[in-house]
Amino acid sequence: MSFLTRNIPRILVQASARNIHTTVNQNATAVNPAERPDTRVSCTLIPGDGVGPELVYSVQEVFKAAGIPVDFESYFFSEVNPTLSAPLEDVAASIAKNRVCLKGILASPDYSHTGELATLNMKLRNNLDLYANVVHVQSLPGIKSRHKDIDCVIIREQTEGEYSALEHESVKGVVECLKIVTARKSQRIAKFAFDYATKNGRKKVTAVHKANIMKLGDGLFLKSCEQMAKLYPRIEFERMIVDNCTMQMVSNPQQFDVMVTPNLYGNIVDNLASGLVGGAGVVAGASYSADCVVFEPGARHTYSEAVGKNVANPTAMLLCSAKMLRHVNLPVYGQMIRNAVDKVLQDGKVRTKDIGGQSSTQEFTYAVIHNLQMPA
Amino acid sequence: MACRLLRNLSKTNAVGVRLYSGEVKKCTLIPGDGIGPEISAAVQKIFECAKVPIEWESVDVTPVRGPDGKFGIPQAAIDSVNRNKIGLKGPLMTPVGKGHRSLNLALRKEFNLYANVRPCKSLEGYKTLYDHVDVVTIRENTEGEYSGIEHEIVDGVVQSIKLITEDASIRVAEFAFQYAKENNRHKVTAVHKANIMRMSDGLFLRCCRDMAKKYPEVKFEEKYLDTVCLNMVQDPLQYDVLVMPNLYGDILSDMCAGLVGGLGLTPSGNIGLNGALFESVHGTAPDIAGKDLANPTALLLSAVMMLRYMGLNSHADKIADACYATIREAKFLTGDLGGKAKCSEFTNEICDKVMKS
Repeated sequence: MSFLTRNIPRILVQASARNIHTTVNQNATAVNPAERPDTRVSCTLIPGDGVGPELVYSVQEVFKAAGIPVDFESYFFSEVNPTLSAPLEDVAASIAKNRVCLKGILASPDYSHTGELATLNMKLRNNLDLYANVVHVQSLPGIKSRHKDIDCVIIREQTEGEYSALEHESVKGVVECLKIVTARKSQRIAKFAFDYATKNGRKKVTAVHKANIMKLGDGLFLKSCEQMAKLYPRIEFERMIVDNCTMQMVSNPQQFDVMVTPNLYGNIVDNLASGLVGGAGVVAGASYSADCVVFEPGARHTYSEAVGKNVANPTAMLLCSAKMLRHVNLPVYGQMIRNAVDKVLQDGKVRTKDIGGQSSTQEFTYAVIHNLQMPA
Repeated sequence: MACRLLRNLSKTNAVGVRLYSGEVKKCTLIPGDGIGPEISAAVQKIFECAKVPIEWESVDVTPVRGPDGKFGIPQAAIDSVNRNKIGLKGPLMTPVGKGHRSLNLALRKEFNLYANVRPCKSLEGYKTLYDHVDVVTIRENTEGEYSGIEHEIVDGVVQSIKLITEDASIRVAEFAFQYAKENNRHKVTAVHKANIMRMSDGLFLRCCRDMAKKYPEVKFEEKYLDTVCLNMVQDPLQYDVLVMPNLYGDILSDMCAGLVGGLGLTPSGNIGLNGALFESVHGTAPDIAGKDLANPTALLLSAVMMLRYMGLNSHADKIADACYATIREAKFLTGDLGGKAKCSEFTNEICDKVMKS
């Protein structure tokens, strides 16, 4: 209940504030876009592993060219390069202060030098309580894919479940791994999903589960979703078993609207859906806590085999930055980047390798810069 | 001692040695519920036309109350499978909330069916968005996330245990490599999430790596579950045989089935220590039961898998070719494949082809 009272006014205030500002901004920018706004926004930046730094550089180039009033606080943060990595506390403090972060993907190795079970990603998420991961998977113009007109949002709980890092070897050769599901966190994510659906004018929420086998664990998650669904009578609620869900996803993905999932299933569905619309290079995502937002690509792959080759697709990262700009109340700039990326993809002259072209990351970035235009 | 000897014998049977004897083999048939009896009859008819040296022993698995007061599979059915070591099963209905465990689960436990094999192959003539898919998913079937160990620690906090053991992991890994070798497959991919579940999936992965060393002729690679999901829908051709723990296998096998047209077309086999059970994994479709509209393909292809397992390869090829040809010609397709034919017409067409060949 406290969650409700705390958030609803804020959402209302934000929504109204954004509306007012948008109109004001549009009027103002018609004259001279560079004059607004008065204050600069600071944002934490984590380039990440693999091609992350290259993609982040692309974003910075575009920001520079567009004159976007955002200052990045950059931190090198990595689990595979522990000696070079900034301490978790500093990074978390910076994000907590700025309340917004743009992040590349952190590689999670199978083996930790210190023998720890929790990955750096998990630690960051738990430290900031980034509980909700939202990935909006949408068919993009000009990208060839088997499936058309996909438009679904996958909301994933990402602070418990299989990613609890609680494992032990009871006797030699017998390992137990605990999956933790709590009522509090299940209700929280369910509420987030329904709120998201309400706010964004979505019609349906699908809870993905395996409660027929994991009767208590996934059962609790499902029950929480069912209870929450009763409070949102205008939004249709549907349950789907995870294996059936993946099968439906590859045969009829258009049926999905908003999906709410526990941790591991979210990871699976995120990647699956991203694959349907063009791969990890084109899908943006964001992780929310009650206080801050971390924008990061939706399908988490570091693409480490392409490091330094100038071939990675910066689309996902650019779309993340566009979302980030909308979030920090610079929607005009956000739209500007979004439109430019759409235009480049639609024209199809400059394509990176993953979407069937031969252009480099840099060429793609320049094409986006070339297409930057103030929205009318 | 004798008992152990017997078990060893059956073990080697399950993995390698084929039965080349010419005599008639007995085989247990569990027709199942809903459309089960129709499609089982169709399979029996086709087998008769192909003169397969198999004698069916049909058993009923409707749960009965056992001596302990719990409902379970009738002893006669268990004895039948134990005697024949091989079975074919139609879809079974799991009644919700009737107080007995899923029959599928019970059969799996009873016969120690540790590996689930699901070949997914694109069928010519039935167009999906994905062409030339040809992957086999091999799933560990006895532990992992489906170990069924769960408890509520305090109110609102549930802990489910995923159990991974070295024995089971080695067993399924060995089966996967053996399968790849016997079926002329060139690559085995271990699907895991060892970057997140470092100990449990780490153990599974280690077992696969160790086994890979014993099969140098089969290529081995390891992939994260999310990477496989992402790549599978973009380019399924890069995968061949996939081996994985229980939950991942459950999810990926259904997803791969989705790529080639759904569960109505994909066969499934469960290989165990005490025998093997081949089944169709689709539902009982009570809405069309008894109307002669069902598609027997999944059960028929499962039966073909069974023949291959028994070493009756020539019969298997004959029936499989007839089935593929009938679907390719698309003259007698059932409703689920976009045709108008009845189950019996589809079956008769396959029979004709089998007899002509």
